[in-house]
Amino acid sequence: MFTAIIARDIRLILRQGGGAGMSLGFVLTVIVMIPLGIGPDHEVLSQIAPGIMWIALLLSVLLSADRIFRADYEDGSLELMGLGVLPLELVVLAKAVVHWLTSALPLSLTTPLFGIFLNLDPSLFSTLGLAMITGSATLSLMGCVGGAVTLGLRRGGLVISILILPLYVPILVFGLSASVGSMGADHVFNTSFLMLIAFALASVVLCPVAAAGILRAHFR
Amino acid sequence: MKERTGKQKLMYRYASPTQFLVLLRRVLPWCTGVTVVLFALGLYGALLAAPPDYRQGEMVRIMYVHVPAAWMAMLIYTVIALASATALIWRHPLADLAGMTAAPIGACFTFLAMITGSLWGKPMWGAWWVWDARLTSVFLLFLLYLGYIGIWRVIEHPGRAARVAAIMGLVGFINVPVIKFSVSWWNSLHQPASVLRIGGPAIAPSMLWPLVIMGLAYFTLYITLHLIAMHTGIVNRRIRMLELRKIGE
Amino acid sequence: MKLQAQTLACERGGRQLFQGLEFTLTGGEAMLVTGRNGAGKTSLLRIICGFIEPTCGRIRLHDRPEACSIGQLCHYVAHEDAIKSALTVRENITFWARFFGAGDVEAGLAAFGLGPLAACNAGLLSCGQKRKLTLSRLKLVNRAIWLLDEPATGLDATAQHRLCRHMTHHLAAGGIVIAASHTQLDAPFTVTLNINDLSAGMT
Repeated sequence: MFTAIIARDIRLILRQGGGAGMSLGFVLTVIVMIPLGIGPDHEVLSQIAPGIMWIALLLSVLLSADRIFRADYEDGSLELMGLGVLPLELVVLAKAVVHWLTSALPLSLTTPLFGIFLNLDPSLFSTLGLAMITGSATLSLMGCVGGAVTLGLRRGGLVISILILPLYVPILVFGLSASVGSMGADHVFNTSFLMLIAFALASVVLCPVAAAGILRAHFR
Repeated sequence: MKERTGKQKLMYRYASPTQFLVLLRRVLPWCTGVTVVLFALGLYGALLAAPPDYRQGEMVRIMYVHVPAAWMAMLIYTVIALASATALIWRHPLADLAGMTAAPIGACFTFLAMITGSLWGKPMWGAWWVWDARLTSVFLLFLLYLGYIGIWRVIEHPGRAARVAAIMGLVGFINVPVIKFSVSWWNSLHQPASVLRIGGPAIAPSMLWPLVIMGLAYFTLYITLHLIAMHTGIVNRRIRMLELRKIGE
Repeated sequence: MKLQAQTLACERGGRQLFQGLEFTLTGGEAMLVTGRNGAGKTSLLRIICGFIEPTCGRIRLHDRPEACSIGQLCHYVAHEDAIKSALTVRENITFWARFFGAGDVEAGLAAFGLGPLAACNAGLLSCGQKRKLTLSRLKLVNRAIWLLDEPATGLDATAQHRLCRHMTHHLAAGGIVIAASHTQLDAPFTVTLNINDLSAGMT
C-alpha cells in the first residue's frame, strides 16, 4: 500500500509533469540573477555562493510544497486514503517520499552544479551536495506540513511562506555550516552534519503526524 | 455520566462560555487596577529611581521596556502552545479561542521587543538593525506569530482553522528551542569576537527590582488584554450564532 | 453486526442541520436517505465514515474487529470521482485494489463492464463511465458498510440496474448499505430516512 502510493504518484508525475521541472527553472533564475544584481566580482560571488544556492534550494522546495496534496484533495482521493488500512500518517510519509524523489533530491543534486556560475570553490562541490542531500529530506517533510495547511485555499501562498520559513532556518544554518565545513574547523563540519541527520530523523516521525492531523481537519 | 476528578471539575466549570463571562466580569476590574499600579511603580523605578549604567548611560533605560516585552513574547507563545494542546487533547471549548485571542497580543509584544531592541542597539552598533542572536530569534518568533494569526485569517471554516492552528501552534512551539539554538550557533560562527551582551555581564540589584516590577506589570497587562479579548471573542461568537439562526429561519 | 446511531446532531457553517437522529441497521439491511439539497445527507454519510464529528450523539458499530475504526470498514462513494485522468482505467482500479489491500482487479473491471475500456485513459471517459469506474471500487475489496452519495448520477438504465444488483448481492451477504439519493433506486431498502423532518425545531 505504501509502495502503491509511491508508484502511482511517480507515474502521474512522469506523465503529467509537476516534478522538479518548474523548481529547476526557479533555481536557475535565482542563480543567474544574483551575479547580474550584485556584480561579477569573483571574490564576492565565491563567498556568497553556498548561501545563495541553499536559499535557492529552500525557496524552490517551498514553492512546490503546495502541490503535494492538492490534486488528490481536489478529486477526492485524499479522503479515501484516509479510510484505508494504512494510517494517514504513512500516506503522508509516502507522499513526502515521492516529493523528495521527484523534487528535493534532484534539486539538491543539480543545484551544486550551478555553482560554476557563482564561482563556487571546487573543493566545496562535494560537501555542498552531500549537505543538500542530507537536508533535502527534512525540506520535503516540512513542505508536506506546509502543503497540508493551505489545502484548498486561494490565498495560501503567503501563509505557507511565513509558516515554513522559521522552520527552515535551522536547516539553512546547519546546512550552510556543513557545506563550508571543510574550509572551516572540523568539529563544525561534524556537528552540522549530525544536526542535519538529527533533523531528518526527527522530521520523519513528527512531520507526518502533524500533517495527518491537519489533513483530518480539512476533511471536516 | 462518569464521575469527574477534581481537576476535571475545575476545568469544566469554566468550559461554559457563560460561566467564563461571569468570572471575567468579576476579575477584570481588579486586573486593570493592578496593572495600572504596577506600571506606575515600574515606570517610576525604571525612569527615575534606577541608576544609569556605567557603560551605556541613560540608554540602559530601554532595557526596562525591551526585556519584559521579550519575556512576554515567549510567555504568550507558551500560552498559545498550552491552549493548542488543551484544544487537541481535551477538546475544551474555549481553548482555541484562548489561542486565537492571545496571538495578536503576543505579536504586538514581539514587535515592541523588536523595535526597542533595534533602538537600544543603534547607539552601540550604529545600525538600525543588527542580525545578532537575540534580535534574529525575536524576529523569527514574530514570523511564527504572524503565521499562526495567518491560519486563522486565511482558513474560512472556523472549526478547521481551530484544529489546524492548534497543530501548527504546537509545531512552532517545538521548533522555538531548535530555532534559538541554530541562531546562536550561526551567530557564534560569524562573530567569534565577544558581542556586547545586552544588559551587560550582570545586573545590579538596584537595576533588578524595576525590571522585575516592569515584568510583572507587563504580565498583568497581558492578562487584562487577553481577558478583554476573550470577552469580545465570546460575545462575537454569540452574535454570529444569532445572526445565522435568523438567516436559517 | 449492528450499526447504531444515537441522538446524532450535526452543525455546518453555524446552522443546525439535524438533531435527534437515530437509526439501527443490522447486517442485510439497507437505508435510503432522502431530503432536499443541503439538508445534511452528505454530512450524515461523512459522520458515519468518521470525517466529521457530530455535535452531539454517536455512531456505534457492534461486533467489529477491535483495531478497526468504522471508516476502515466502509466503502464511501462521494460526489467526487477519485479518478486520475492521466492513468488508464486499469491503472486506476489497480491502485485502489492495492491500496485497500489485495483487491480483485478483474472483479472491479467486470462490475460495470469496464473490461473493454481497461486500457483507455480515464481522462477520455464520459461522465457516466467515470461514475461506473468510481463505483467499481465497491467490488474490489469486501467491506461491510457501503455509503453511497448520489451513486446513480449520470448512470444509464443498464448501469443503474447493475448497481442495484450489486447492492442486493451485498445485502444478501450480510452487508449494510446506506444510500443518499434523489433518484429512484430499485434496491430492497428496509428503512427510509428523511432528513428534512429532523432539522432544528422539528422532530
